[in-house]
Amino acid sequence: MMGVFGAIVRRDLRLALRQGMDSVMVVMFFVIAVVLFSFGVGPEPNVLARIAAGVIWVSALLASMLSLERLFQIDYEDGSLELLALAPVPLEVAVVAKVTAHWLTTGLPLILAAPLLAVLLRMDGEGFGILIAVLLIGTPTLSLIGAVGAGLILGSRRGGVLLSLLILPLYIPVLIFGVGAVDAAIGGFPFKAHLLILGAFLAGSAALCPWAAAAAVRQAIE
Amino acid sequence: MKRIDYLANPTRFMRLAAVLTPWMGWATVLLAAVGLYLAFFVAPPDYQQGESVRIMYVHVPTSWMALFCYVSMAVAAATGLIWKHPVADLVAKCTAPVGAAFCFLALLTGSLWGKPMWGTYWVWDARLTSMLILLFLYLGYIALVNAFDDPARGAKASSILVLVGVVNVPIIKFSVDWWNTLHQPASVIKMGGPSIHPTMLWPLLLMALAFTTYYVWVLMVRVRGEIIANKIRVLRLKQVHG
Amino acid sequence: MDGLSEFLNMGGYAPFVWPSFGATVAIMAVLLVVSLRTLKRNQAALDALKDRENGADEA
Repeated sequence: MMGVFGAIVRRDLRLALRQGMDSVMVVMFFVIAVVLFSFGVGPEPNVLARIAAGVIWVSALLASMLSLERLFQIDYEDGSLELLALAPVPLEVAVVAKVTAHWLTTGLPLILAAPLLAVLLRMDGEGFGILIAVLLIGTPTLSLIGAVGAGLILGSRRGGVLLSLLILPLYIPVLIFGVGAVDAAIGGFPFKAHLLILGAFLAGSAALCPWAAAAAVRQAIE
Repeated sequence: MKRIDYLANPTRFMRLAAVLTPWMGWATVLLAAVGLYLAFFVAPPDYQQGESVRIMYVHVPTSWMALFCYVSMAVAAATGLIWKHPVADLVAKCTAPVGAAFCFLALLTGSLWGKPMWGTYWVWDARLTSMLILLFLYLGYIALVNAFDDPARGAKASSILVLVGVVNVPIIKFSVDWWNTLHQPASVIKMGGPSIHPTMLWPLLLMALAFTTYYVWVLMVRVRGEIIANKIRVLRLKQVHG
Repeated sequence: MDGLSEFLNMGGYAPFVWPSFGATVAIMAVLLVVSLRTLKRNQAALDALKDRENGADEA
C-alpha cells in the first residue's frame, strides 16, 4: 500500500515539475496578492504590521485554491482516475497521495515564501517562527479540505469559481486560529491553545476529508 | 424504516403531498395570523429596547428555521446517499432555497434590529457572522446542485457537500465565537434566558410553527414540481429514442 | 385614528420594525409564488407531452 502511495506522489510531483511553473506561479500569485494589500492599505508601517498575519493567511488561502481545481481534473479527463478507482488499494489512499503531492507543490513553497512577505509587511520579529509553525499545520488542512471540493466539481460547469464558493467558507476556522496564533505570539500571549486547535483541525480533516473526497470522486466516475 | 420506504415511491409521495399541501397552507396562514396578533398587540414592549423588540418575532424564528432547514437537508442528503432514496434527494434540493431565504431574512432583520440597538447596521457579532457563513454554505450548495447537466449527479455531489458542511457548522460556530470574544465586547442584546415571559414566548413559538408549516408547504410544492420535471425528462428521452 | 398612527409609529422604531416584517412577508410570498408557478408550468408541460404521446399511439 505504501508502494502505491509513493508511486502516486512521485507521479504527481513529476507531472507538476514537467508541466513546470505550477509552484512558481502559485508563489508569484501569493507575493503579488500580499503586495497588492500594501498598495490598498497604504505604506504606514504600523498598519501593515498590525494586519500582516491576516494578509499573509488570506493570500495563502487564495493561492492554495489556484491549483486545487486541477487536483483531479486532468486525471478525470484522461481516464486515469477510473484506473485509480479500480486499483487494488482503496481510493482513499490515492486521494491522500494526491493531496500530499498538492501540498508539496503548493503549501510548502508558500511556507518558504511567507517569511519574506512578513519582512515586507514589517511584521514583528516575535511572530516569524510561529507564522511558519501555523502555516506548517494549517496548509495541509487546506489541501485536505480542498480535495473534497476538487472531487465534487468534477464534470460540472464553471468548475473553478464554483470550487472557491464551496471551499472558502470551510477555510474560515483555519484562518481564524492561524491568524490568532501569530497575533497572540506578537502580543506576548500564550499561543499553545491555538496550535493545539489547529492540530485538531488537521487530525480531524486527515481522518474525514480523504473519505469524503473519495466518495466525491467515486460518484463522479460512476 | 418502513415509513421512509413507503415514501420512496414518488407516485405515493405525490398523492400524500397533494393532500398535505392545502392543509399546510391553511395552517401557515392561521398560525401566522395568531402569532402576529400576539406579537403586535399582546406582547409588551421591552423596557430598554421599546417597540423595536418586536423584530425579535421574525428574527429569532427565521434564525431557527435557517438552522433547522440545514439540518433537514443533511438528514435528507444522508437518507438519499445511504438508501438511494430518490425523494430524499429532491427534499434536500428543494429545502436549500427555503433555508437560504430564511438565512437571508435572519441576517436582514438582525441588521435592522441592530441599527437602533447597536447604532449600526452591521457588527461582527458572533451570531450574525455565523449566520452569514451559513448563508455562504447554502449558496454554495445551490450553486453545486445546479452545476451539472445530469440532475442525479448534482444531487449526489451536493449531498456529500451538505454532509461535509454539517460537520463543519459546529466548528465554524466555535471558531467565530472564539474570534468574536477576542475582538468584540459581548453583544448588547441578551435574551431573558429560560425565564422569558409567556406573553413573549407564545408569539415566538407560534411564529416558529408558522414558518415550519410554511417550509413544509413550499417543500411539498417544490418536490412535486421536481418529480413532474423528472417525468418530463424521462418521457422526452423515450420519445427521442422511440 | 390616533391609536392607529401610534401603532404604525412603533415608538419611533417604525423604519426598522416594518421593513423587517415587510421583507419577511415579501420574500416568503415570492418564494411560494415562484414554486407554485413552476409546479403549474411543469404539470402543463407533462400533460401536453402525454397528450402528444397518446395522439401518436392512435395515429
